[in-house]
Amino acid sequence: MKVTIGGAVKPGTTRVNKTGGWRNFRPLYHKDKCVRCGLCSLLCPDSSIHEQEDKYVTFDFDYCKGCGICANECPKDAIEMVLEEK
Amino acid sequence: MKQTLVTGNEAAAWGARLARANYIPNFPITPQTECIETLARWSSDGELPGTFFDRMESEHSVMSAAVGAAAVGSRVFTATSSQGLLLMHEVLYIAAGMRLPIVMATISRGLSAPVTLWSDHNDFLDQRDSGWLMFHAENNQEVLDMVLQAYRIAEDPQVLLPAMVNMDGYVLSFTDEPINIPSPEQVAEFLPGYDPAHTIAKNRPVTVGPPVLDEYSIFRAQNHVASRNALAVIEELQDDFEKIFGRRYHLVDEFMLEDAELVLVTQGSMSTTAKAAILEMRDEGIKVGLLRLRVIRPWPNEAVAGALKDAKAIAVIDRNVAPGKGGIMFPEIIETLYNLDRRPLVSGFVVGLGGNPQTENKIKEITHKLEEDLAAGRPRMEWNDLEGI
Repeated sequence: MKVTIGGAVKPGTTRVNKTGGWRNFRPLYHKDKCVRCGLCSLLCPDSSIHEQEDKYVTFDFDYCKGCGICANECPKDAIEMVLEEK
Repeated sequence: MKQTLVTGNEAAAWGARLARANYIPNFPITPQTECIETLARWSSDGELPGTFFDRMESEHSVMSAAVGAAAVGSRVFTATSSQGLLLMHEVLYIAAGMRLPIVMATISRGLSAPVTLWSDHNDFLDQRDSGWLMFHAENNQEVLDMVLQAYRIAEDPQVLLPAMVNMDGYVLSFTDEPINIPSPEQVAEFLPGYDPAHTIAKNRPVTVGPPVLDEYSIFRAQNHVASRNALAVIEELQDDFEKIFGRRYHLVDEFMLEDAELVLVTQGSMSTTAKAAILEMRDEGIKVGLLRLRVIRPWPNEAVAGALKDAKAIAVIDRNVAPGKGGIMFPEIIETLYNLDRRPLVSGFVVGLGGNPQTENKIKEITHKLEEDLAAGRPRMEWNDLEGI
């Protein structure tokens, strides 16, 4: 890490600094239950859920912090939060 | 140069005006009010072009706004006292950590409870671990001079820290003294415009004050090193300052120390009274001198030790108290002298809390007690104003 005066940070640094390591729980995706509504992707505060061309989703674990909003909001319980084992 | 009668509050306001501070968030509190009133009058009369005079709803907001404005490269000035300074306390650390060279005049007043409006140094010295540079003026000329110097020191690329310039409430803040007010051209020569390289600017999008993980101690160390760097910066700028304004200041103020066996260590306006008392005691043949602490942070340990090393006995006169411990500067002086080959005897006196006047007689009393301590070989730590309790 580059030490700057007062810790000022230039834009775009999270491309290098991965923040997924903060996660205690990880989302487990049950694709068979998913109805492809896209709500999880829309509500993810870290933009870590990406819709594919077929509208099913993938998770970006470099940035997902395991907040569980996606699992809470999923109308079909297609996302389950499980303990992160590192 | 023309001399003008101004109060300490007005001297601080003149400092802000001449330094071309362009953002002044403020909240009034006794005894600082007149400083802000003066700036408000100038602002409404159009005498501070390009300066935003911003009335806030509390001192916490004042310092928060100061941090915000300094983070986008403004030159910020504000002033406060006592409870107001304590309300700012949380944000002071943020200003220092983000390395924002805000300059603030603090006008010392004792802390509640019980309520006092008069001066002691507890409000100022309570901020000594905040990372700010801390200067303590003896008179109104030094108030103005130190506001100007504070900007130059604070904005030095080797330093980049906020700075406080303290004066004693009432004694200086409301007393007219004849001082030299320099011209804007002189000040512009001494203090160029502020152009920071580390803050938010139009074509420099940065995040300031982010959270960090393992690196936290690196940034605290950075703050410490920057503060220590200020010692050299303070000494280096005095040639420039003297060339333009005809005055110079040292890290410590030494008075009749060359052959002094007894040394009084003081801070702020009571030093002037003590110097007068010393002149009288010198006539009586007492070899007494004075060391006035004027740079509190960074702590000029070499200058203090150098000035005190030949003394036989030292009286540290604290206009403040850490209850359960004693005077705040007393242990700082002892610690500074501890590694000398020959250590002088050091006694501590807590005096003048809540503006209790420090007369020449009281200074002489302390000096005589110090003589007794030296003869007995036994230092003391005492409160000087306990008569009748």
